[in-house]
Amino acid sequence: MPTALEVSHLSVSFGVAEVFKDVSFTVERGNAVAIIGPNGSGKTVMFRALIGAIPAAGTIRWAPETTIGYVPQKLDIERDLPLTGFDFLGAKADIARTPADELLRVLQLVDLAAPVAKQQIGTLSGGQFQRLLLAFALIGRPSVLLFDEPTAGIDEPGERGIYALLRRLQLEEKMTLLLISHDLSLVYAHSDRVLCLSRWRTCFGPPMEVLTPEHLQEMYGAPMRFHSHDAAAS
Amino acid sequence: MTPPLRELMMPAAMAVAAGLVGSIAVMRRMALASDALSHVALPGVALAILLRWNPLLGGLAALVLGTLLVWALESRTRIPTEAVIGVIFSLALAVGSMLASGDELIDALFGAPSRVGAAEMIAGVAAAILVIVFVMRARSRLVIALVSPDLARTCGIGVQRLDLLFLLAFALTVALGLRYLGVLLMGSLVIIPAATSMRVARGLGSMQWIAVAIALASTIGGALLAPRVHLATGPVVITIAATVFFASLLIRGVWMDEAARAPEKSAQTPG
Repeated sequence: MPTALEVSHLSVSFGVAEVFKDVSFTVERGNAVAIIGPNGSGKTVMFRALIGAIPAAGTIRWAPETTIGYVPQKLDIERDLPLTGFDFLGAKADIARTPADELLRVLQLVDLAAPVAKQQIGTLSGGQFQRLLLAFALIGRPSVLLFDEPTAGIDEPGERGIYALLRRLQLEEKMTLLLISHDLSLVYAHSDRVLCLSRWRTCFGPPMEVLTPEHLQEMYGAPMRFHSHDAAAS
Repeated sequence: MTPPLRELMMPAAMAVAAGLVGSIAVMRRMALASDALSHVALPGVALAILLRWNPLLGGLAALVLGTLLVWALESRTRIPTEAVIGVIFSLALAVGSMLASGDELIDALFGAPSRVGAAEMIAGVAAAILVIVFVMRARSRLVIALVSPDLARTCGIGVQRLDLLFLLAFALTVALGLRYLGVLLMGSLVIIPAATSMRVARGLGSMQWIAVAIALASTIGGALLAPRVHLATGPVVITIAATVFFASLLIRGVWMDEAARAPEKSAQTPG
């Protein structure tokens, strides 16, 4: 399978504070990779380094012609910002030069109703805004989707819907997925590879090898439980 | 005495540019910064008067320099922008007032509309059109970058370059208003109409058009009214704009009450 992303010896530090050091991993095209790790281990920083928003040492090599859709965990939007969901999505459709029906396609994909997209983006609920950000990321059919905490702020049925959608994008559109998640059961069930970041060590491999109780205890510094039997069955 | 139509062309073009640039500036939450940035024109104007150059060109040169400085400090250092702006632009005002004095200083601060030569008018209108075309063409990129620079990067937008171009468009807009409104008041024509629009607009399109309409109405209204009441044009223009702003507070206040009673209905129909 062709490689979508090759990261070698990547290190990021802010001043003297080192976030992570010497991280290497390779992502195959069409794979779903979950990034896990305790708070402050640099998961979001990893994403920001991958999109070139912060300087990093080491190499990040995306396959040629890669287009990235990025769903950040949260953005601070003032309530009174005069920008509707349609304005926001339309701006990306404009610069991506997509067909006219692209906005309706992505709204349908993320299951966001048109009247909600007509509201000012600062007035949307957390879950609605996350769907809007996902719709924004999917405009123009990117080859890679970076999704920071897909299930944060989303209710239980919504969560299933998001994961079903991600699976569909992976299978039907051959999209490569990089997900940051705290939900180890879902990580176990839905990812092909897991990258764990922590101050002490980083590891990369299939979930069965990485998500062992010993590894998790070492990484989080406390015993971790998750329903691997449920997840493995689904 | 009413100014002939020909003389209203440049202020009208300037007002449209101010409304459009102001919309983006206010949405980027740089209202105060951009008002202060306009003060940096003063030392340039003063120096040009001393050296007997065209004061507008002196002002423009100082604005471009100031803009490059802000941009470099913003993108290359971790110094908070507000702190930089607070120090540098107060300094610019101080240096400028030491260089110029008396009537010249008052004119530079508050503007002194006088007969505009054909060359200056054509250059002014052309510069305003340049700003208008830039903001309209870069609108989508500017909007994404103001929501999130990270998202903008993943869309292939060169955020730093776009920031610089926007700041230069802002500087050019301020320079356009130096003759009419002066160093102190031109920043207000950029910010007040946009700040007013932001209180009533609910989408990007209405935000821009309301800001342009208010800037245009204040500028033309001020130019027509000021000679009749024997007052300087600049302060009259800004007084009209500020009056509209306070009126918008009342109007939006009423709408908010309605919104509280019937949230769905008022959310669908803003006006």
